[in-house]
Amino acid sequence: MLHRRIIARWTLAGLVAAAAIVPAHAQQPAAPAAAPVKLGIVSFLTGPAASPFGIPGRNGAEIVIEALNAGKAPAPFNTVGFAGSKIEAKYVDEAGSAANVVTEFRNLVQRDQVDAVVGYVSSGSCLAVTPVADELKALTVLYDCGTPRIFEEKARNYVFRVSPHATMDNVAAARYVLAKKKNITSYSGINQNYAWGQDSWRDFLGAMKVLAPKATVDKILFPKLFAGEYGAEISTLLTSKSQVLHSSFYDGDLESFIYQEQARGLDKRMTVILTAGEASVARLRDKLPDGVIIGARGANGMLARDTPIAKWFHQIYFDRYNTAPTYNAYQMAQSMLGLKLAYEKAAKAGKPTADTIAAAFKGIEFEGPAGKVAMTLGDGHQGVTETAYGTYRFNKQKKEPEIVDIMRFPAECVNPPAGINSDKWIEGGMKGAKC
Amino acid sequence: MQKSFSIAPAQIFGAIMFVAAAAAGPLLPDWIVSLTTIAFANALVVLGLVVLWRAGLVSFGQALYYCIGAYVVALSARWTGFTDAIALVLIGGIAAGFVAFLIGFLLARYREIFFAMLSLALSMILYGVLVKTESLGSTDGFSVETPTFFGYAPHGEMLGRSLYWLTLAIDAAAAVFIAWYFRSVAGSLAAPIRDNEIRVEFLGVSVTRIIHTKVVIAGVLGGLGGALAAMSVGHVDPNMAYWTTSGGFVFVTVLAGSGYVAAAFVGSLVFEAVRSFAYAFMPQFWQLTLGTVLLLTILFLPDGIGSLVSRLKRRQQAPEAGL
Amino acid sequence: MLTAFAILTDGLVYAAYLFIVAIGLTLIFGVMKILNVTHGSFYAFGAYGSATAAGIYAAGGWNAALGFLFMLTFAMAIGLVMGLILERGLLRQVYGKDEVVIVLVTYATFLILEDVIVLIWGPQSYAAYQPMVAAGNIEIGELVLSNYDIGLVVIATVVAALAYWSLRFTRYGRLLTTVIFDRETAAAFGINVTLVYTVTFLIGAMLGALGGAVMAPKISVTLGIGVEVIVLAFAVVAIGGMGSIEGALIGALIVGICRAAAVHLVPQIELFVIYGVMALVLVVRPYGLFVRAQPRKI
Repeated sequence: MLHRRIIARWTLAGLVAAAAIVPAHAQQPAAPAAAPVKLGIVSFLTGPAASPFGIPGRNGAEIVIEALNAGKAPAPFNTVGFAGSKIEAKYVDEAGSAANVVTEFRNLVQRDQVDAVVGYVSSGSCLAVTPVADELKALTVLYDCGTPRIFEEKARNYVFRVSPHATMDNVAAARYVLAKKKNITSYSGINQNYAWGQDSWRDFLGAMKVLAPKATVDKILFPKLFAGEYGAEISTLLTSKSQVLHSSFYDGDLESFIYQEQARGLDKRMTVILTAGEASVARLRDKLPDGVIIGARGANGMLARDTPIAKWFHQIYFDRYNTAPTYNAYQMAQSMLGLKLAYEKAAKAGKPTADTIAAAFKGIEFEGPAGKVAMTLGDGHQGVTETAYGTYRFNKQKKEPEIVDIMRFPAECVNPPAGINSDKWIEGGMKGAKC
Repeated sequence: MQKSFSIAPAQIFGAIMFVAAAAAGPLLPDWIVSLTTIAFANALVVLGLVVLWRAGLVSFGQALYYCIGAYVVALSARWTGFTDAIALVLIGGIAAGFVAFLIGFLLARYREIFFAMLSLALSMILYGVLVKTESLGSTDGFSVETPTFFGYAPHGEMLGRSLYWLTLAIDAAAAVFIAWYFRSVAGSLAAPIRDNEIRVEFLGVSVTRIIHTKVVIAGVLGGLGGALAAMSVGHVDPNMAYWTTSGGFVFVTVLAGSGYVAAAFVGSLVFEAVRSFAYAFMPQFWQLTLGTVLLLTILFLPDGIGSLVSRLKRRQQAPEAGL
Repeated sequence: MLTAFAILTDGLVYAAYLFIVAIGLTLIFGVMKILNVTHGSFYAFGAYGSATAAGIYAAGGWNAALGFLFMLTFAMAIGLVMGLILERGLLRQVYGKDEVVIVLVTYATFLILEDVIVLIWGPQSYAAYQPMVAAGNIEIGELVLSNYDIGLVVIATVVAALAYWSLRFTRYGRLLTTVIFDRETAAAFGINVTLVYTVTFLIGAMLGALGGAVMAPKISVTLGIGVEVIVLAFAVVAIGGMGSIEGALIGALIVGICRAAAVHLVPQIELFVIYGVMALVLVVRPYGLFVRAQPRKI
């Protein structure tokens, strides 16, 4: 008995010592035929953000990489991989503290020697990783995080973001609801009490103040992230006279809120705007009430235009994963395609390096599954696209969810012009918006 | 259950390890240097927990001091433009220590689970305050300016190495101080306090005052660790005050055991290695891996890694010892 | 006036939820002196189990009340099985050790079980809304209340009453009270403390799972619900006093009403309310509201 315990102790100690050495060696892949392009893909693989965001993003990367490696993407993306070199991807979990995220980023760049990192859902991760990327001169494409701060705080050299930032979502929400509902005298908001919810509300409030200065704000609610139980908040809203409710809730919190408010008839009293609602449409289906205003953080998913490339992406994703791609998958696809174009532009002048790819990426314009992208903000590092909002209906005959009454907003209408910070732009009355 | 460690060999061993680690800095690849720097910064917090654990107290709120140290450094750099690393680290440690001093008046009256719960509550209150503070970026946090060293402003590799050496230096100083503390009267009273407080009171010693001192020491160490981590990661966010961060430190304390000062540093490195291993090999199930390692450690190595060493020594000494 | 009524009803509903979740935890702590972090896992497993059961009964088209009962029973059965495995397999090994060590064992187990949930149910979220929709709602002035919420309050009251009655008036309940008060003396009187421990842990596990099962129809059952609930349960138990059923009840009521008041009147402090109340109570009554300082053994 004692003997076994002694063995157990030393085995444990040995395992733990091996754990220090093994990862260092395990990452050397056997040298393949033609030097492949190594990409590090970082997304939430565990935790509550995995299922709605992290995993669709990861799957989006996987399916696009497969298509590119087989040369099967539609033109102008039909060359194999990146400029003929196949793509190898390493998938890393984004979960953990900022220290973990930064450590894993350094591991990808310095230990695993990837050619570029594509990733990051959480704005906190993006903000932590960006200075490190510039310090290490590591080409990085942020695919989902929404904070405008990345390029507004400081000029960046090696960091790019093809997906537009979140200001667009809330400015467009304000424009849509004011276009569709006349006589709005009061509005309220329920958003999660963390940066995403706070920023979303601030932008919506700012836009409403500019576009509907006579309307008043009634209830401003910030329940805890992942609270799950909104009884008190719903009661508060039931006693409010607002006609519109703004929410940037997503996934679990969104579904819980919808179940609970429906049971109490809140959506019959006020129009609910869900700026990130598209991702939950496929799950909620007939449980999502008719009349809810849905956003998709761009022309993604059910709000995408009916272009060949959008149809192609939807098809390959659905064929593999048996579910429609949500907006994260679209954002990842856009990011990968943008990176591919930049890489190939740089490859025309010789073997691409981080510097040449970065130079090629600046200001690039292309069309992907989520529409036309132009990298016009952040000195050519931040992309803008158009966006769209619509109203939800569950089609009882076809038993399928539908988004009707779609309004599209061109990029210049809902994004700040180059050189102005988003919050200053909204505060200043959104000058220069071309709608 | 407490082992008094023999003085001279352990200290010489410690000194050699620190010098070796410092010398190895330029030879190791950058990613190992930065990983190790963070592990050694966290080791300071763990050392504080060891100080408390010797007296039978487990704090689930060390993240409070960690976060204070980090934010003080980040805010000083941001508001005053002052970026000297050594000064900032010391300011971080002192600020955290001051808060620990104030909180200690309350905390020193509690024991066991209530000590743990109250410390947890206090760190969560700081978390809540930071989340509500949108000007500091709420949960996104904000970045820390690049530190300088007495006017010298390194970049790239040299920056990583400079932080590494600074962390090692502060670790060494802390290790020496804590080793001395453990040998002092107040330090050696930890075990008696853990076993039977009332009798220690009968000896004429104020237990509350000793525990208050330990809370302050742990607070200063937590603040120093947070300050170093902030500069090394380059980013601070409210998550540094969340209870799961405290849980991580407690995890390492269990791994390290309370027998040796050096165990805190070794344990911290081991934890970082296990975490990297779990992320690299089981990215979807790293929680399972960490939980299993923790469980196995508690079941089979209840006194931590340090006990491996003392077991070895005891086997060597057994013929003479007689007990 | 309406606001006051709303605060009261919201506070009661939230308190009902907290009480059902916290009662298992306080029982286990009172008897076994173990702060069981795995309680969060019992809750999560109960929620996932009842979501699966909801799927079964919805597909089978059963009667709503029967289906709901099935959900609860299914979840409690899962709790029972988990409790057995944990108590027999793991806790037995660590009973003699330091309290804090046992807490860490339960914390490690909780981490492991979080990933076990992913292994069994996958990373996606589940819905079990059928009972809540079936229950309908009632209007009181401007306020609309969900009948399911009212049902929750009823369930919590029933659980509280049952707990109180069994502790006072059944033989087993009185054994339990004795063991809570002083384990060693109880053993000296010939009480089978090991058996009491096992049964208590099982009851605690089933209550935790019940908590998850009754909440499942209101929320989206997803990863991480265990984590949130642990901190809430701990706070309530700390406020009320470890091991005290009345404490859990009063603690839940205090936290529930304070939080509802905060949301209606001062939404900015909603995040701190629970920790603030906990800190405040612990300052005034270090062992919680209903527990006197234990005589210390020299």
